[in-house]
Amino acid sequence: MAAGALSRDVEAGGLGAWVRARPLVVGVVAVVLLVVTLILGVGLGSVRVAPAETIAVILSRVFGIDIGVTITPATEAIVWDLRLPRVLTAMLIGCGLAVAGTTFQGLLRNPLADPYVLGTASGAAVGAAIAVLLPIQLVVVEFGLLHGLAFVGALASAWLVFRLGGMGGAGGLTRLLLTGYAVGSVLAAVLTMAMYVSGAELRQIFSFLLGGLGGSSWVRLIVAAPLIIGSSVLIMARGRSLDGMLLGDAAAGHLGIDVSRERGILLALASMATAAAVAISGLIGFVGLVVPHVVRLLVGPAAHRVLPISAIAGAALLSAADLGARLVGDVPVGVVMALLGAPFFLFLLNRSRSGYQL
Amino acid sequence: MIAVAPGAPVLAAKALTVGYAGRTVIDAADLSVAPGERLALVGPNGAGKSSLLRALTGVLAPRAGSIDLLGEAVDQVPRKKLARTIAVVPELADLPFAMPVEEVVALGRLPHEPPLTGLRPTDVAAVDGAIERIGITGLRRRDMRELSMGERQLVFIAVAVAQAAPILVLDEPTTHLDIRHQVDVMELLVDLNERDGTTVIAVLHDLALAAHFFPRVVVLANGRIVGDGAPTETLSAERIREVFGVDPALVRLPVGAA
Repeated sequence: MAAGALSRDVEAGGLGAWVRARPLVVGVVAVVLLVVTLILGVGLGSVRVAPAETIAVILSRVFGIDIGVTITPATEAIVWDLRLPRVLTAMLIGCGLAVAGTTFQGLLRNPLADPYVLGTASGAAVGAAIAVLLPIQLVVVEFGLLHGLAFVGALASAWLVFRLGGMGGAGGLTRLLLTGYAVGSVLAAVLTMAMYVSGAELRQIFSFLLGGLGGSSWVRLIVAAPLIIGSSVLIMARGRSLDGMLLGDAAAGHLGIDVSRERGILLALASMATAAAVAISGLIGFVGLVVPHVVRLLVGPAAHRVLPISAIAGAALLSAADLGARLVGDVPVGVVMALLGAPFFLFLLNRSRSGYQL
Repeated sequence: MIAVAPGAPVLAAKALTVGYAGRTVIDAADLSVAPGERLALVGPNGAGKSSLLRALTGVLAPRAGSIDLLGEAVDQVPRKKLARTIAVVPELADLPFAMPVEEVVALGRLPHEPPLTGLRPTDVAAVDGAIERIGITGLRRRDMRELSMGERQLVFIAVAVAQAAPILVLDEPTTHLDIRHQVDVMELLVDLNERDGTTVIAVLHDLALAAHFFPRVVVLANGRIVGDGAPTETLSAERIREVFGVDPALVRLPVGAA
């Protein structure tokens, strides 16, 4: 066939094209950023800890290796008991929300989707509000009723939305999104009512809504990690189905994908990651919406590149934002992220107007 | 290429009835396609051409009758195997994100790839081959969403060609193409059919293309097959007047000359 007839001579050129041809470079940069935020996150604060001391503590506690740096017990306590769990929790949550966001955006073929699109945020918040208002104090190994009900609320609302709106057929995805919006609205109304009657407990509910990593601990981290990392790995293993579904349900079906089954599994996994994240850190926005877009701008939409790099970038971004929030004096991490991240995102959007777009 | 006895049909519909919610769209149709055939399906809008294709490709369950693919009921064939046997050119869809053409074409290899490893060298070769054959090499790195409708149509045909299935199904593949590319696509179909032995089934609106490039034309009207055979016979002047309600002089088929 006549090759040249249709092909306009376009070669994007420039830095953008160079980067897109080298996803590995983006991955390596993301890993370096992750390590840097880890060391800074542990080192900076009211008491400074040198990077060498941080590394020494980690090596001696994890591997039992002594690299000859003297560490005071106070330093060790700050690194190991206070800062490291918090930094690692931020990374875990950032990773889970970024992977869930990438998955929801791809599955629903909608760039505006985020991890909370199936009503998980409102569900978790209602669960948390109920836990706050109930006159029961139940704590099982550092997990209170709030964590449990937030987790259950998030999963229950995702399940409800999927049952009501996920039947497929004509306009299936729009229906799922609208169902998510409707269920979310009902739950938001319940939440508002709960906050209205909560009186003295209002502050507790409000702090869950803002999200934050102040409550991080090793135990919470170790319980949430398998859920989030496990879901993320299972999602990545189904990356090619996610790619195929970008073409639409009919085309994906002709490519041998069992669309309704794959969609159900992927929605369940992404909801699981979201629910686990929300249960330990409250509602943290922005990471799950924006990280996938930034990574797609850099490496294109193929799942086997977007998912792992989003996971690392999300981890780095949330731990960096949490460090910023901590240094400014414990302002909510979501505030820092939106104030610094949104303008950067707008900058990228403008830069990408030529060549690649979201 | 296809492991069936010579002469046995690759695809056979018997007394096929298809419908949606109380409305019958295909009424007791019999259609048998032999390996290596090149068949065009024509008929007025709403005649049931797309529904027939949807049933034949296992997307739409028939209300009555049977469809056999290589001697096996089509709804019993596992999805991956079905996708390795029948490639359907996807309908034009907007992608939600920017995606380079070569990655879109590579999706055609989904039924072949092992689930975890992704594209193997053979898959990459099939993708390169499809891109070259359709003549869209110059579009390889372009964002799918910047392309014209005609260019997108060529990319989607390339997806199905990369799928490398023994049966290729197309639903109005030339709608958005200029005349040069319409002829190019037709010649590609002839080439895939004659050189590779691919069985080609295409719904076409353009009767002239059907008559010129397809040795067998099936005419569908009101859910019934009203003609099946060489275009000289199925696209005769009376038949066109009867089925489409237009004066065949307007259509100027090259049939008489052929």
